[in-house]
Amino acid sequence: MSDTLGTWLMSETPMSRRQAVIGSVYRAVRSIIFNPTALIGLIIVTLLIFMGIFAPLLSLGNSPLAQNLAGRLAAPSADHWFGTDELGRDILARTLYGARATLAIVALVSVIVVPIGLTVGTVAGYLGGWVDAVLMRITDIFLAFPRLILALAFAAALGPGIENAVIAIALTSWPAYARIARSETMTIAHSDFIQSVVLQGASTWRILFRHIVPLCLSSVIVRLTLDMAGIILTAAGLGFLGLGAQPPTPEWGAMVSSGRDVILDQWWVATIPGLAIFIVSLGFNLLGDGLRDVFDPKSR
Amino acid sequence: MSESAEGGSVAVRQNPGRQAAKLASRVGSFVLTLAATFVGLTAVTFFISRLTNIDPVLAIVGDKATSAAYDNAYLALGLDKPLIVQYFIYLMRLLTGDFGRSVLTSQPVLADLLRVFPATFELATIAIIIGVVVGVPAGVIAGATKGRWPDQVIRVVGLFGYSVPVFWLGLIGLFVFYGKLGWVAGTGRLDVFYQGVVTQRTGVILIDAALEGNWEIVGNAFSHLILPAGILGYFSLAYVARMTRSFMIDQLSQEYFTAARIKGNSYWRAVWRHAFPNIMVPLITVIGLSYASLLEGAVLTETVFAWPGLGLYITRALFNSDMNAVLGGTVLVGAVFITINLVSDLLYKLADPRLRAS
Repeated sequence: MSDTLGTWLMSETPMSRRQAVIGSVYRAVRSIIFNPTALIGLIIVTLLIFMGIFAPLLSLGNSPLAQNLAGRLAAPSADHWFGTDELGRDILARTLYGARATLAIVALVSVIVVPIGLTVGTVAGYLGGWVDAVLMRITDIFLAFPRLILALAFAAALGPGIENAVIAIALTSWPAYARIARSETMTIAHSDFIQSVVLQGASTWRILFRHIVPLCLSSVIVRLTLDMAGIILTAAGLGFLGLGAQPPTPEWGAMVSSGRDVILDQWWVATIPGLAIFIVSLGFNLLGDGLRDVFDPKSR
Repeated sequence: MSESAEGGSVAVRQNPGRQAAKLASRVGSFVLTLAATFVGLTAVTFFISRLTNIDPVLAIVGDKATSAAYDNAYLALGLDKPLIVQYFIYLMRLLTGDFGRSVLTSQPVLADLLRVFPATFELATIAIIIGVVVGVPAGVIAGATKGRWPDQVIRVVGLFGYSVPVFWLGLIGLFVFYGKLGWVAGTGRLDVFYQGVVTQRTGVILIDAALEGNWEIVGNAFSHLILPAGILGYFSLAYVARMTRSFMIDQLSQEYFTAARIKGNSYWRAVWRHAFPNIMVPLITVIGLSYASLLEGAVLTETVFAWPGLGLYITRALFNSDMNAVLGGTVLVGAVFITINLVSDLLYKLADPRLRAS
């Protein structure tokens, strides 16, 4: 039974669209699971999502906001596994809830960056000519900008806060996606199947969004996963400088910053949230590397 | 674009006049790109300065000014003019070096920037030296031993560099090497009792003190510098090594490398003498990019190490709503970043042997 299911899934000549889709998903999942790098990355990212969702349960009844000035800066103990911060708040609970801020930033940046990059890139690559020249020149200009500094200036002008940090990061990170989508589009644009869709009378927008965009998605997603670490690090950097999530919201960058003054005596205050940032961006890097091996035929 | 003439190496041989024209067009398009990028950068910073809810007039006249004084300042700043005119005025002022006055230091922003820049320059330069001296050989070795243990080790070291938050690594570094082991000095550029002893010539303390022959201060400055520079250097090392590795893998699969091996060269001799020279040109670009990003990445490191450079200047200004200083710093870092970026790109194109005269 399992043997026939296996052959059905791995079939090179699928009999229906459904079989083709399920088969390709199965093959992708299989190659991720058999790639140790990607698997470790996937586990870390899954844990992050798990942490974000179940933070109230995992924090063992400690609130991330409840202050206890009598027990401030306490060393790790059975009650507070990772110790307490300068206001006596439980660092374990704050680190767990901090996953939510990170997830929110990552999700929001992706939602802004991918559509902009895909639209600009595919339009430029498909239409070519002066549209391409103008769009790519603008992309190049944005690509040459220093990312953190510009995000800093934006966040300073808009006022500190998680939304503005997201806007600032998104504004400086879309060009890479436009570049990728454009080069993918240029390789697809003149292939026979696009020509035949043109002959069938499809409009430019239909060709772009129904036929070209889906084919660009995989490389954009790989790039996004690889970029995630950079986005998380920039967001944490903004948080560290006080331009990200505002207190008392638990955010890892800001938590490291609050442990800065006591680093020589109470090392755990800064160490734990920093370690969380490190592990999560490591996870995204590993997953991205693995996904690239799976999806990018050139690196095989 | 006249790229069609680029064809094979045959076409390049004949016509020196055509080559000069091609060179001129490369340089011309470089200048155009540079100008366009500067206009883009200043447009963005101008846009940011409009976006902020800090009233530029109040920043000058103070919040106890009469409404007449307020209106005068309003007109003097040209705020009644159309936005595009205001942008043009802003651009002209930037080009003449007028970045406005810092509210915090009450100095012209340009003077402030020139004062703090050497500290950042010192940090970034030592860091890039570390990055290149360690990163390039590491990348070559990784590429040449692809898939075996040296490659894996270097890959893991690089991956850590890509994932670790720089400000956190700085804090941990301070905790371990300064707090626990006492191997290096703490924050700042010098110990307090050494400050102001050396006269400023270049602003780079290592050089200034060495010029005076004051080796005690050189040593002290070095022990302050080594930790932040080492941490920044680690980041550039990770990037340089990764890029060197992928260039190297490209070269090792080429036929000339096999030919060099068949002629009887040992593997490592072929790697270093035959393959390595070929990756030096693309490496210029990578090192340039890495250097530019170090100038930028110094913002967080300087904050952690209280290093009185550009980054610390910008972040301090930021928290005192000193928009002139923030935007001036952004324009300066942006300009340096863009210039290094594009110059290394140009160098790469110029170093292309297909362009060189025969």
